Amino acid sequence: MLTAEEVRHVAMLARLGLEPGEEEFYAGQLSAILAHIDRLRELDTEAIPPTAQAVPLQARLREDEPRPGLSQEQALTNAPEAREGYFVVGAIQEAEP
Amino acid sequence: MTDPRWEAVIGLEVHAQLATRSKMFCSCPATYLGAPPNTNVCEVCLGLPGVLPVINRRAVELAVKAALALGCRIARHTRFDRKNYFYPDLPKGYQISQYELPIGREGRLEVGGRTVRITRVHLEEDTGKLLHAGDALETAGESLVDLNRAGVPLMEIVSEPDLTSAEEARDYAVTLREILRAIGASEADMEKGQLRAEANVSVRPRGSTRLGVKTELKNLNSFRFLQRAVEHEIRRQIELLESGGVVVQETRGWSEAEQRTFSQRTKEYAQDYRYFPEPDLPPLELDPAWVERLQASLPELPPARRRRLMEQYGLPEFDAGQLTLEAATADLFEATVAAGAPPKQAANWIIGSRPNLPAEHLAELIRLVVEGTINREQGLQVLEEAQASGRPPGVLVRERGLAQVSDEAALAEVIERVLVDNPQAVADVRAGRPQAIGALLGQVRRATGGRANMKLATEMLRRRLGS
Amino acid sequence: MIEREEPRIGAFLRVTEDLARAQAAEADRRLASGEGVTPLTGIPLAIKDVICVKEVETTAGSKILSGFRPPYDATVVARLREAGGVFLGMTNCDEFAMGSSTENSAYHPTRNPHDPSRVPGGSSGGSAAAVASGEAVYALGTDTGGSIRQPAALCGVVGMKPTYGRVSRHGLIAFASSLDQIGPFTTGVRDAALVLQALSGPDPRDATSADRPVDVLSELEAGVAGLRLGVPREYFQVEGMEPGVKATVERALLVLERAGAELVEVSLPHTDYGLAAYYIIAPAECSSNLARFDSVRYGLRVEGDNLLETYLRTRRRGFGPEVRRRVMLGTYALSAGYYDAYYLKAQKVRTLIAGDFEQAFLHCDAIVSATSPVVAFPLGAKLGDPLAMYLNDVLTLGGNLAGLPGVSVPCGLSEGLPVGLQILAPQWKDATALRVARAYEVARD
Repeated sequence: MLTAEEVRHVAMLARLGLEPGEEEFYAGQLSAILAHIDRLRELDTEAIPPTAQAVPLQARLREDEPRPGLSQEQALTNAPEAREGYFVVGAIQEAEP
Repeated sequence: MTDPRWEAVIGLEVHAQLATRSKMFCSCPATYLGAPPNTNVCEVCLGLPGVLPVINRRAVELAVKAALALGCRIARHTRFDRKNYFYPDLPKGYQISQYELPIGREGRLEVGGRTVRITRVHLEEDTGKLLHAGDALETAGESLVDLNRAGVPLMEIVSEPDLTSAEEARDYAVTLREILRAIGASEADMEKGQLRAEANVSVRPRGSTRLGVKTELKNLNSFRFLQRAVEHEIRRQIELLESGGVVVQETRGWSEAEQRTFSQRTKEYAQDYRYFPEPDLPPLELDPAWVERLQASLPELPPARRRRLMEQYGLPEFDAGQLTLEAATADLFEATVAAGAPPKQAANWIIGSRPNLPAEHLAELIRLVVEGTINREQGLQVLEEAQASGRPPGVLVRERGLAQVSDEAALAEVIERVLVDNPQAVADVRAGRPQAIGALLGQVRRATGGRANMKLATEMLRRRLGS
Repeated sequence: MIEREEPRIGAFLRVTEDLARAQAAEADRRLASGEGVTPLTGIPLAIKDVICVKEVETTAGSKILSGFRPPYDATVVARLREAGGVFLGMTNCDEFAMGSSTENSAYHPTRNPHDPSRVPGGSSGGSAAAVASGEAVYALGTDTGGSIRQPAALCGVVGMKPTYGRVSRHGLIAFASSLDQIGPFTTGVRDAALVLQALSGPDPRDATSADRPVDVLSELEAGVAGLRLGVPREYFQVEGMEPGVKATVERALLVLERAGAELVEVSLPHTDYGLAAYYIIAPAECSSNLARFDSVRYGLRVEGDNLLETYLRTRRRGFGPEVRRRVMLGTYALSAGYYDAYYLKAQKVRTLIAGDFEQAFLHCDAIVSATSPVVAFPLGAKLGDPLAMYLNDVLTLGGNLAGLPGVSVPCGLSEGLPVGLQILAPQWKDATALRVARAYEVARD
C-alpha cells in the first residue's frame, strides 16, 4: 500500500508536479497495481540470479575515433530557450547533487 | 598542524579525465576546452530521445591500466549502472556510472612511506557545465548550459579514509597524478579540470576509533587549494567541537579569496539516486588475457622509479623526485648516464636546464664540461645551439673555436699583459687585498673572449703574484 | 487512400506528404534506371511516432515532445530510406508506447478499421490501423509488452516482434530499454519477413544489437510438417480469456496440425507472475528513460518561478495520466528501501520466466497461443481501470521478458472481430516463427 505521503515523495523524486488531491488518487491506483504485484512474494527467489537483459549479449566496444557531431544550430534548434549558443534555464535553487 | 588532542580522518575522491580522443559513449571529440558552447556535441551526449551509449574501448583500457597501477583487483565481470538525478548539466537525467561492479577494487597507493588504501576505481561520464550570472548560484536569475563536456570519460578513484593531514592529502593527490601521467591514463592537469578532488574530512579525539561526522569539500581545483581547504576544515571542525558545537554533515566549498570553507547547502532535497543496471549496455567482460597484457605494458611507476634512481645512481631524494615528475625526464636521465655521463652531473644538468636533445648529445656536452674542454657558461651556450640545430656539441665546440684556453704558455702571455695594464689592481693584491684578484681575473676572461680555463688562470695568477 | 480513410480511423498523427512525394519520385527514378532497387523500393510505409525521422516532427504521442524535430534518423529509418521506401507519415500510439488501446495518445484516439467504435489495440494502434485500412502497405511499430502483436491481432493484420537485439533501437524513443524492439506490420507473412530482413542486422550505434546472420526468408515456405508446436496450457486459462477467442485459436491449431505439425502440450508455470514482473521492470526503466524530458534542450516547457518549479510543471502538463502512473510506479520500485523487494525481485522472476520458455523449447520448435485474450474492445471501456488494461498483455509480455521473437497472424473472427494467433520461437529463431505463421496462412487460405 502506498500512502499519499509516499506518492508525494516519489512524485518529487520523479519531478512530477501534483495537483491538489492527486496524492490520494494515485495512492489508490498505485496501491491496486502493487496489490497485484505483491504476488511476486509467493515465489522463493533466494537462489535465483537476476536478469537485466534476457538475451545474452557481450558489450561491443567502440574504437576511440572522434567524429564531428551536430552544429551548434542543430544542437539548439529544439530548445525552449537558447541564447549565444547556450541553453537557458531558470534560477537553480537546488544544490548540485 | 598536529593537534595534541584531535586527529583528522580524510578520504579523497579524485575524478580524472581519461586521455582518450573521443567521449565515453559517443564519438564526439573529448577535447572541449576553448570550443564555443554546444559545438562539441551530438545526439548522444545531448541526450536526445532515442539515442544509445556505446562504450569507448580506449577508456576501458586506460581505466584498467590505472586500476592495475594502483594495485587493484580487476573485475572479471563489470557493468554500468544509471545514477538518476535531475540537474540541467546532466542531459539524460541520469549519469552512466559504475556502482555495484567497478573496474577495480582494493588497491593501494604509497604516499611518503605510508600505504593509503584505494577503495575502488570506476568509469563514468562527465556532466556539462553551467554558467551563472555573476557565478552565484543562489542569486542568479537564470543559468546557461553548455554540454561540450557532457560525456567526456572520467575515472573516479576513491580512497579509504586513511589520510591524516592536509599535507598528506595533498601528497596523495600529487602521487596519484604522477602515476596517471606516467601510464598515460590522464593528462591530469588540475588547471584544465582534468583532475578534480573532493575530500571527506572529519576529526576525532586522538586515539579514538570512532569516526566523527564528516563534511565533503568540493571544487578543490589545485593541489594548494586542496591542502589549504583541508587544513582550514580540520581547524574549523576542531574549533567547533572545542567550543561545544557539532559538525553538520554537508557539502562545503573552498573560497580562496576568503581562505575559508563555506557551506554549499542551498535547497537540498533528499537524494536517492535509484541506481540500477544500465539496460542499454550489455555487461562488460574483461578478458583476463587482455588485462594481463595491459599489466605487462605498464611502465615502472614514479614511486618505484624514484627509489631505484636513488639506489642505483646514488642520487639524493630531491634529484630523484624531480627526475621522476615526468617519465620522459627520467628516461633522458638514464639514457644520458648510459651514454657515459656521471649520474650526479647528468641530474644537475637535466634538473637545471630541462634540456631537449638526444641523450648521447647531452652526455657529450657534460663530458666536455667535466673534462674542462669548455666551462659551464660555455656549456650552456653550446646546449642552446645544440638544441636549436640538432648537431652534436663536440662538433659545435670545434667549429666555433669554443674550446677553453688551457694552454699555460698562451694563458701566461695574457696574464702578463693584464698585469701591465692594471698596475693599481696588482698593487692592491700585493698590499694584502686579495679581493682585487677578481678584477684581474675578469680582465683575463675578457681578453680571451670568455674562453680561458678560469680554474687554471686563477691558479697561475695566484702563483705569479705570490698571494 | 489516406484521405478517404483518415477521417474514419485517425491512424496518423502527421502525414508527410511532401517527403512521400519526393521519395516516390526518387523511387521512380531508381525503378526506371534499375539501380538501387530493393523489394521495398517505392513501397509506401507508415512509421510509429516513437521512431525518429530526421527533421520530421516525432512526438511519441506526447505533448511533451510537441514540435520536436530530431536532427537524426533512427537506424531503421535510415535503412528504409536507403532501400527506397516512401514515408507516408507518423502513426498514432499510446503516449511513449505505454498502453494497449492507443487511447493514451495525447492527441486523439485511433479507431479500429473493423469497427470504428472499438480500439485498434496498442500501443502501436495507428500503425496496425494504417495497414488494416489499406492506408499503408506496411508500417513500423514497437513492441515492449505486446505493442506490435496485440494491435495486429485486434486489427486483423500480421505483426512481428523480432528477437531482442535483432533490430537496432537507435532512434527509438525508449520506453523500457531491455524490452523494446522495433518490428513490422503487414497484411501477409511474406511481407513481414521481407521488411524484417531489411530492418535487421548489427548497428554500431546500438550496443545491444547483435552481430548475427540475418536470413528470415530461406525457410519461409518450408511448412510445418515435422515441426513440434508447443501449446502452453497456462496460456489458455488466463484471467479474462474470451471463449470465442479461445475457440478460434483452437481451430487454428487444428489447421496447423492438419498441415503436418505435431501439437505438444507444454507448461509455462510462472505465467501468473509475468504481469507483475513486467509492471515493475518496464516502469522502472521508463522512469529513468523519461527523465531526459526536462525542458532544457527540447520539448515542452511550462515556466515556473525557479528551475524546480519548471521541472514539476512541465512534467505535470507534458505527461498524460498513464505515463505519470508508470513513472511513479517505476520510481517507487527503484527507490531506497524498495529496490530489493520490487526491482531485484522482478529481475529474478524474469529469470524464472525466461527459464520456463527454455524448458518448453526443449520439447517444441515454437509455442502457439492466442495473441490477446480478448477481441477489440469499445473505446473507453478500460480507461478507468489500469489493471484491466494491463491484462491485455498477459500472453505477449512473456516474449519480451524472455527476449523471444513472436508473430501474430490473423486466424479468424470472434463476434465478428479479428483474432490473432501468436507464434513464439526461441531467441534468434525469428525465421522459425515466420515459417510457422506463413504455413498457417497458406493452410488457412
